[in-house]
Amino acid sequence: MPLVETIKRVTRSGLQSFVRNGWLSTATISVMALTIFVMTSLLLLNVITQSLIFNLQDRIDISVYFKQGTPEDEIAKVRRDVEQLTEVKSVQYVTPDEALAVFKERHKDNPLLLESLAELGENPLEATLNIKARETDQFASIAGFLEREMYKPLIDKVNYSQNAEVIGRLSSIIGGIRRSGAILSFVLAAVAVLVAFNTIRLAIYTARDEIGVMRLVGASNWFIRGPFLVAGVLYGIIAALTTTAVLLPVVGAVSPKISGFLLTGTNLFAYFKQNFWVILGLELAVGIALGALSSYIAVRRYLKV
Amino acid sequence: MIKFDNVSKIYNEHAVALEGVSLEIQPGEFVSIVGQSGAGKSTLLKMLIAEEKPSAGRVFLDSIDVHQIPLAKLSILRRRIGTVFQDFRLLAERTAHENVAFAMEVAAATNEEIERDVPKVLELVGLKDKAGNFPRELSGGEKQRVALARALAHRPDIIMADEPTGNLDPLNTWDIIRLLMKINDLGTTVILATHDREIINTIERRVVSLDRGRVVRDEARGRYIL
Ligand SMILES: Nc1ncnc2c1ncn2[C@@H]1O[C@H](COP(=O)(O)OP(=O)(O)OP(=O)(O)O)[C@@H](O)[C@H]1O
Ligand SMILES: [Mg+2]
Repeated sequence: MPLVETIKRVTRSGLQSFVRNGWLSTATISVMALTIFVMTSLLLLNVITQSLIFNLQDRIDISVYFKQGTPEDEIAKVRRDVEQLTEVKSVQYVTPDEALAVFKERHKDNPLLLESLAELGENPLEATLNIKARETDQFASIAGFLEREMYKPLIDKVNYSQNAEVIGRLSSIIGGIRRSGAILSFVLAAVAVLVAFNTIRLAIYTARDEIGVMRLVGASNWFIRGPFLVAGVLYGIIAALTTTAVLLPVVGAVSPKISGFLLTGTNLFAYFKQNFWVILGLELAVGIALGALSSYIAVRRYLKV
Repeated sequence: MIKFDNVSKIYNEHAVALEGVSLEIQPGEFVSIVGQSGAGKSTLLKMLIAEEKPSAGRVFLDSIDVHQIPLAKLSILRRRIGTVFQDFRLLAERTAHENVAFAMEVAAATNEEIERDVPKVLELVGLKDKAGNFPRELSGGEKQRVALARALAHRPDIIMADEPTGNLDPLNTWDIIRLLMKINDLGTTVILATHDREIINTIERRVVSLDRGRVVRDEARGRYIL
């Protein structure tokens, strides 16, 4: 028999049993949708924590304030020295004028402050180097470096940003959460996969006698397996599409709350929309693989007649 | 040619179903297997399609040892044999028509053949009107006739019918037996397991009598004697 005809028959039979066992199909799809939902949520959660950590780390810096009138070339030399350090990720130089502009911009609604600034006549702000470290625990050593004798004449003060320590501790906590979160995610995903697998197994268990009869009537293994694989793949596709259809508005509703709560500026919904096809593709891949593989494994044990 | 060579089947110490059965069946023969309930008739038939493995001895079909065939290849053997199971074993989720069509699909019949033959075969067993019924919507006798239709439809070399008339009234019974004999006349080997004395005594074909797992009689024009 031509392969195309076999595939047609197998597909038709798979679709037919899918429709006729409507209730069972619905139940299986629900469980698979739940599995895919859990996995997608874990993915999104990972995105949130990652951006949270990134955000926090990005906020920590060391500011080096130079004494008024320190020549630019001296500052440039310090900058070069600092940039040599392996711990340093970036160094940003802010001239007094720039600092003033930023200050004015930030307080443009406060005419009193601006007025008194104007009365002062000269720019009271100092030239600054803002230094960011690669890791949060490296600030101490950078600060130590800047406290050397040779820099004393130039530097007015070295300042961790006020909440550096809190932020540092928080980010190490988050790091810990992420690590245990990864393990937990893995366990959760595994549980979800197992539940889906067992649901499909149960569905096929109800057909075990039929499989036996098909074997005895002389159906080849692929002819028996095929319809179950078709149904399994169909479960996966519908489950993935359902999950996405549910997740899209949910993320849309929850995203602003998350951004507000964590103050991260992470827009989960934007992320979701931006990566929509990738996420949908992943969900489909998980659904199809899970459906097909579970069916394959579940049918196998009943083919031994 | 079918050959049972010293076949024994011991399910467990209380159930010795077959003991040293040797038997040859030539192509085109019509053989009835008779014996009391529990004599081992069904077990003997199951050996031929490798539904059960013999505890000892060998079973050959065209000099191929049936029980040496790997699981994945058994389908090829089974397609050559149309089986009417004592307990019917219809596919519960498929209609009468689809059950019969399934056997033909398996045997690689074309769609045209299926469309043409399935209604014909169903008509042959008197179930033209029940084509769309699921097994649960059929009476015992009707299920039995669907099972027979499924066994015939793909024109196998051998038909193996285990009590195919067990649930039928006399009129239907004779229709079925006549049908089997006609198919046999067309060259198909028929193996019939039954306890129906009247059938055996009327058709005057070869009869193999089993008693507690042993062949006690094998006559070319046998009668039903217990
Ligand atoms: N799967 C099994 N496990 C254990 N014992 C079995 C099994 N199948 C059959 N037997 C036993 O084997 C013996 C032969 O059974 P078999 O079904 O071959 O009888 P039969 O001649 O077909 O009887 P009937 O006319 O009632 O159908 C019986 O004693 C039965 O109890
Ligand atoms: Mg029996």
